Amino acid sequence: MAPIILSIMTATTNSIETLRKEALETLEQTGEAGLDQWRAEWLGRQDGRVTLLLRSVRDQPPDERAAFGAAANALKNDLEDALNQRREALKKKQLETLATSGAIDVTLPGRPQPVGRFHPVTQTLRDIVAVFGEMGFRVAEGPEVEWAKYNFDGVRIPEDHPARDMWDTIWVDKEIGGRRDMLLRTHTSPNQVRVMERQQPPIRVVVPGKCYRQEATDATHEWMLTQVEGLAVDEGIRMSDLKGVLYEFARRMFGQDRHITFHHSYFPFVEPGVEMAVDWPTADGGTRWVEILGAGMVHPEVIENAGFDSSRYTGFAFGIGVERVAMLRWGIDDIRHFYQNNLRFLRQF
Amino acid sequence: MKLPVSWLREYVDVDIPVDELARRLNDSTAEVESVEYVGGEWDREKIVVAEVLAVEPHPNADALRLATVNTGAGEQTVVCGAPNVAPGQKVAFALEGASLVSGKTGKLETLKRAKIRGVESSGMVLSEKELGLSDEHTGILVLDEGAAVGRPLVDEIGDVVFDLSTWANRADLLGVLGLAREVGALTGKEVREPQTGHRESEARIEDRAQVTVEDPDLCPRFTASLIEDVQIGPSPAWLQERLLRMGMRPINNVVDITNYVMLELGQPLHAFDYDLVRGHRIVVRRAKQGERMTTLDGIDREFDSEMLLICDGEGPVGIAGVMGGLESEVTENTRNVLLEIANFYPGSIRRTSTLLKLRSEASLRFEKGIGRGTPLFAQQRALHLFEQITGGRIAKGLIDVYPGKLEEHTITLPAERIERVLGIHIPPDEVQRVLTALGFRCEQQGPDTYLVQPPYWRPDVEIPDDVIEDLVRIYGYDKLPTTKPLGALPPVEPNPVLDARESLRNAAVAAGFQEVINYTLTDMAHLRKVVDPGDDLRLQPLSVVNPVASRHSLLRTTLRGSLLTSYATNQRQHDGGLRLFEIGFEYLPTEADLPHERPVLCAVVGGHRESRWRRSEGEQLDFFDAKGALEVILDMAGISFDVRPASHFGLLEGHTADIVCGKDTVGVLAQVHPETAAAFDIDEPVFLIELWVEDLARHVREDREYTPVERYPEVRVDLSLLVDIETSAGDVVKVIRSHRAKNVRVEADIFDDYRGAGLPDGNKALAISVRYCPADRTLTEGDVARIQDGLLKRLDKECGATLRQ
Repeated sequence: MAPIILSIMTATTNSIETLRKEALETLEQTGEAGLDQWRAEWLGRQDGRVTLLLRSVRDQPPDERAAFGAAANALKNDLEDALNQRREALKKKQLETLATSGAIDVTLPGRPQPVGRFHPVTQTLRDIVAVFGEMGFRVAEGPEVEWAKYNFDGVRIPEDHPARDMWDTIWVDKEIGGRRDMLLRTHTSPNQVRVMERQQPPIRVVVPGKCYRQEATDATHEWMLTQVEGLAVDEGIRMSDLKGVLYEFARRMFGQDRHITFHHSYFPFVEPGVEMAVDWPTADGGTRWVEILGAGMVHPEVIENAGFDSSRYTGFAFGIGVERVAMLRWGIDDIRHFYQNNLRFLRQF
Repeated sequence: MKLPVSWLREYVDVDIPVDELARRLNDSTAEVESVEYVGGEWDREKIVVAEVLAVEPHPNADALRLATVNTGAGEQTVVCGAPNVAPGQKVAFALEGASLVSGKTGKLETLKRAKIRGVESSGMVLSEKELGLSDEHTGILVLDEGAAVGRPLVDEIGDVVFDLSTWANRADLLGVLGLAREVGALTGKEVREPQTGHRESEARIEDRAQVTVEDPDLCPRFTASLIEDVQIGPSPAWLQERLLRMGMRPINNVVDITNYVMLELGQPLHAFDYDLVRGHRIVVRRAKQGERMTTLDGIDREFDSEMLLICDGEGPVGIAGVMGGLESEVTENTRNVLLEIANFYPGSIRRTSTLLKLRSEASLRFEKGIGRGTPLFAQQRALHLFEQITGGRIAKGLIDVYPGKLEEHTITLPAERIERVLGIHIPPDEVQRVLTALGFRCEQQGPDTYLVQPPYWRPDVEIPDDVIEDLVRIYGYDKLPTTKPLGALPPVEPNPVLDARESLRNAAVAAGFQEVINYTLTDMAHLRKVVDPGDDLRLQPLSVVNPVASRHSLLRTTLRGSLLTSYATNQRQHDGGLRLFEIGFEYLPTEADLPHERPVLCAVVGGHRESRWRRSEGEQLDFFDAKGALEVILDMAGISFDVRPASHFGLLEGHTADIVCGKDTVGVLAQVHPETAAAFDIDEPVFLIELWVEDLARHVREDREYTPVERYPEVRVDLSLLVDIETSAGDVVKVIRSHRAKNVRVEADIFDDYRGAGLPDGNKALAISVRYCPADRTLTEGDVARIQDGLLKRLDKECGATLRQ
């Protein structure tokens, strides 16, 4: 509180002191809600008691006016200060209460908000496409209902070829010109042919999409599945590039310390053909090779069929099973969960 | 294909551990699916080789006998039920205390001393079943005569058997020798080819038999030989053992030899009873349409005119490359054998066996393409065994009809190509070593070129890159470095539909929808629930010939059924709102082309508004929740739209709207008709959003239009407008938003639609928050009054709206 300056001790100044005492005492008793009323009573512009006091300066004897005016002004300033301090103190006290007796149980659950999520196959597919996207592979797409000439013949699997056993086919019941040639594609590889039909080297694409197999379902087999086909065709594309690209894929999807290996394999549309395996941690602290995808160098005949000179252009191709990758990365035990659409499953991703 | 390591060792030394061998084969040759250790569980001390010294009748049982055996540690007499036990045999014998698979229970049991029909017996002569070798337990296992008495059985016949999955282009790997050649190349060991060589009798085959190939396109080669005076009987123990290990039952020595040579070389053989071959003539020809024959398995089969038959002078005696006929089969009465070893066109064999649904060991090999040189070697090998095992006399010469003889095939492999394809340089001496080890002839022509001739058993090697594959798989894929593709990046192929689809997917998730993915195949009952009976296109979906289940027999022409099914699956398991969406194709049939795969986003929403702490006590979600979601989704995807009342099958009239962009309808927003919902077992209001991605894609704003942030304050005025109850709120808002006055833009948002007491009949009151947004000045009260005056006049004129007093 500011010091009170009194030049002359008079009855009037004494009454100012009485007034001050009363004002400050009532202020101490006033809560948040009464503060405005207190202000009106003491400092109100029209008829506040201190306002009236100030107005009465003119009524004082001339030689006392200056001192009286100074004392009344001081009182006004002091009361305004006191009011502000009282407000601050009350606010502080209120906040203290909030933090103590007003404390909430922060372990109570949050209020639910609508939350959307991508299907785990979409998430995995997008991650795969993104990894290859960074390596310059563009997304292309092709039809799920496909001609046999693209699904099989165009990728060197003629009718009566035993390699057709690798893909049990669901055929569409439609005959055109007496031939049944329409099927649900068994793999995304027909898009190697389709992409080369419409693009010129350099070609670098990934083709995601659904594929279908006529087979009994169990924990590791599903008749509808999702694949990502990869294709690069250009001068100077080498098998070591395939290994480099797939190594990058494996590290980005499964962790920087993963390694890959190629096993010999056979797909009629690549030569050489391989399966890629990733070293996967085992329960005993070791690793084992887990086969992830099939790949190889595009067969020169497939390149020639597209109208490119196979002595100049080489290419690689690979096909990734998206559900398989999703199962590995999350440890999903049964492939059949993916298309049952049970939220108890879907919400986990 | 099974590969017993014991058999492999006959052709190539194996001095690396078995698991290392498995790894190398798996890396370079064929997939090793499993490794089985035969005899690994046999007790070395208690299961041994014994010799049968004497067999006496059992005093109390006709079916049982008493066998006295020498176990190496002494003699024992045990009771034996097997009919084939005989003195002089080497047998597998279990001493007391040995663990065995019980012939009765199939479980592992410990052999105890027992009294069998009054005779004490403390050991056992074993069958294959008790050793876990096969299910055979009618007779005991008879070992090779050379087996050492007292030796642990596991040392005598224990083995490691790989189960390999070989590739569709490698018929040679369906023979142990072919695999031995791979092992030789992988380990650098010499391969020993199996023994051949036999004496020939005076008889000349040309005088005894005749072969005509009428359809050389399907039969490039046919060889035949004749073995006379064979003694039909069981094969020697070693041969039987090997067949058993490969999962094949021994039958008699003649049939066993043909099977054995097939398993050894990968080349099927067929033995005819020469005396049952009518006219002693073989004719190889296509079947006549409808011609019939009974095959070895006793089934009468009918052929079409593209199937190749082996016939004798009168009719069919076998289906080429698939299965022989019953009538000319070798039996215990056979004395003379005509041995066929041929080469057939692979596609034809596969077609025939597929159409007849008859896959045999022979057809599985022929369809993969066997080398045309193989029959000759197989003849030599088989005749050697016939002489050794059946005692037969072999007629001089061989019939060899070879219309499909190939020119010698030399592949020119530029050294540069190896590096171009693989990205590594393989030194010339390595190239030579690998190819030679695999049986190729490889000559270097100058420093830059290899001239390569594949061996006769590798018809799959046709082009330089095939040779490169053989090189790299043996040389080792692990020697390839990891490099990055060089060269330019390709241009981007624009795909606005794909872009729109993915931004809609993002927007739907951001709006709180869970993505689902359903099977794309459905059935008619399902489609009829959601498709308008007048929609011929969607009610005539493409069907599949061989569905995995009848409920997956039609390609879906709408996603609505899928989403409602997913909704029903989850409606009992959620609190609050249930919001699901899927982006997939409608497969709409076309006249003579692939179907139109039409991308559609379909979303369903229902349940309750999220209330505090997961209790379903909030109010029911309604049409405007769905519409709000739609607004969020399309705004995020960069699309402006309108809605227009509409009426569609399966959707509730008066609660259905078309979604419109410009002149195009791009989707539907509606409450699903409660009866339709009920057909999916949904018993609460559920709302549907369907967006047609191709149509929407044309309306995506290419770029967001930027307007500078306004610097002058906007003025808000709430208006309550009285309008006819039929006037749509959207029209009123549209008029307000289109109003312009001297660089002042007008925005409007409806915040109430009031109908009822206090209003004139047939009217409703719309509460609208109007904002006047000046571009270049601060509005005065007078400005606002003037603009609003003009606006109210327009509203009166265009919507019949008046200010409610």
